[in-house]
Amino acid sequence: MIRPQQSNGQKVSTGILGFDEIAGGGLPRGRTTLLVGGAGCGKTVFALQSLVAGSREKEPGVFVAFEEDAAQIVANAVSFGWGIEGMSKKKLFFFDARLSPEVVKAGQFDLVGMLALLKAKVEEIGAKRIVFDGIDVLLGLLDDPAAERREIYRIRDWLVAMRLTGIITQKAHSVDAGHHYDFLQFMADCVVTLRHQVIDGASHRSLRVTKYRGSSFSADEYPLALSARGVDVTPRGPSELVYRVSEERISSGLERLDGMLDGGYYRGSNVLISGAPGTAKSTLGGLFAESACKRGERTLYVSFDEGAAQIVRNLRSVGIRLAPHQKSGLLKMFSTRTRTTSVDEQFRQLHEIVNDFAPRCVVIDPFSALSTKAFRSSSVDTGQRFLDFLRRQEITVLNTSLLDGLGADEATATAISTVADTWIHLSYVAQDGERNRALTIVKSRGMAHSNQVRELTLSAKGVSMTDVFIAQGKVLMGVARWEREQSEAVATIRAQIENENKRLQLEVAQAEAAARMEVVKREMEARRVELANLSDVTGASASRLDAQRNTLKRLRRADSEPLGAARSSKKSPPRAASKRGGR
Amino acid sequence: MPKKVLSSRPQKLRLYVAGHAPNSILAIANLKLICETHLPTDHELEIVDLLEDPRRALADGIVVTPTLLRLHPLPVRKVIGNLSDASQVLLALGR
Repeated sequence: MIRPQQSNGQKVSTGILGFDEIAGGGLPRGRTTLLVGGAGCGKTVFALQSLVAGSREKEPGVFVAFEEDAAQIVANAVSFGWGIEGMSKKKLFFFDARLSPEVVKAGQFDLVGMLALLKAKVEEIGAKRIVFDGIDVLLGLLDDPAAERREIYRIRDWLVAMRLTGIITQKAHSVDAGHHYDFLQFMADCVVTLRHQVIDGASHRSLRVTKYRGSSFSADEYPLALSARGVDVTPRGPSELVYRVSEERISSGLERLDGMLDGGYYRGSNVLISGAPGTAKSTLGGLFAESACKRGERTLYVSFDEGAAQIVRNLRSVGIRLAPHQKSGLLKMFSTRTRTTSVDEQFRQLHEIVNDFAPRCVVIDPFSALSTKAFRSSSVDTGQRFLDFLRRQEITVLNTSLLDGLGADEATATAISTVADTWIHLSYVAQDGERNRALTIVKSRGMAHSNQVRELTLSAKGVSMTDVFIAQGKVLMGVARWEREQSEAVATIRAQIENENKRLQLEVAQAEAAARMEVVKREMEARRVELANLSDVTGASASRLDAQRNTLKRLRRADSEPLGAARSSKKSPPRAASKRGGR
Repeated sequence: MPKKVLSSRPQKLRLYVAGHAPNSILAIANLKLICETHLPTDHELEIVDLLEDPRRALADGIVVTPTLLRLHPLPVRKVIGNLSDASQVLLALGR
């Protein structure tokens, strides 16, 4: 049969988003893909999902079930919400190829008849894709490796002749045992290996493309999850780090912390808050979430092993109110257990929530709950991949991490510290019989930031930051700081009083001096008047003396000698006069 | 060792084959031999070429070829393979 889409593309989409990305578009069109994996890896779901995706794109499909009851497969797939139950047999046909246990085998058989039946069906509905699920169950009955191989080749040739895009699933144990099914892998154009491991009691599913003829592909192992929507693969994303970076600053929710950070966190940056248990990491997360909601930004708060209601209540006790934002739908709280699902599954779930909710800010509390587990698993970089995804979305993310010290192994092992743009460390300072919270900024890329240690205090009124005292090389906090503050205050008051006293004294002295000056001024005035009076008196008496003398002369009828002559002969006449006068 | 037929009604057999596939040709030959030597003469045998009538094979739930069905007496018995193992065939047919 002729396939009109043949020339349009060499790949067919599987409808599994992450997988299409890894395989450069999907499965090879018109060719055979082998899906290898152990029990419970998701082979059947993977195959069925891509079949359903095809039938949605007007590529009807046939599912040949060798292992499970077709009705059972449909029933299981209903929960994925693909609408499989509503699909007509014209779009998706199930061929029940199970042999009941009562069937007696008497000699060799072949698949000629089955393929003839399938051909009839394929042509009837115009199928473009076909899945052979669990073919080893049937071929195993042949009990003859050569015959099995012959039938496999028969199927391959048939697929090629039919120009069908085929998926054959195969159990992995037969591969491990070096079974004769190995040749399947050489025969197939594309081989996808699924793996399911249990590490430390946590399940890890992964997927790897091991072969892809005529196409580039990523051969790395990727986490795979069986979610409520089917198979999900988490691709790593582009290897080159290309992000939009923002100059915008957003508040940490704590004004003084913003100050220390020269304006707040960068939009789209990754903030790490590390610290021992109880150092108020969640509180900083809550503050950040609250301030984001106040700005009207959608915020996702992810918490592990602590219920949302409990977090809201606890944060309320320090004046952080999240409930109204929760009601308005701006804030979404997502609480989950650390141990319920695998770390890959959890990240995938978060991925989904982020996609659905489209938040601008995310708080993950604590991130270490995920990363410590990831550290042990094969998918070390799952956490980083998720952070990378958030960064590409320009979502500002605040992670808290349980760390006892800055040099802790966890930080380096999980490498969140290298991803973090801003790292704030909270610690306890035990001193004088009490523990106090200290906040330091370990690093903050691209911004001037304070190198000062601050004390973080929590109260019903809210969270505040206080300068610490440094005395004798020790940082003082709590009561010690309070005492220090008190003594400082007393000293200040004392100094104020002393100053006041001194001022008063000086005023008195000044007043005294002024008063003294007034006295002196008055005295001076008095003397001056006295002096003036004195000279007046002297002048008046002299002229009166002259006048009296003239009067006396007249009375005595003295020579009216001219004044000059009289004066030149003054000596003798006055003497004479005095002689006369002395008589 | 031929045995007496116990059922009142004759046995009804149907063999599905796929054209001239080697196993199908072998099955026809093997079945005819078994019928001649071991089955009473009043049995009914129908040979269906699946390539010519796939719908009928689908309805009968045929997966591989050759497949022999014993439709009567009930329950239906199913034997797959080229019927080279005569003892297995006879066991399945209740002989």
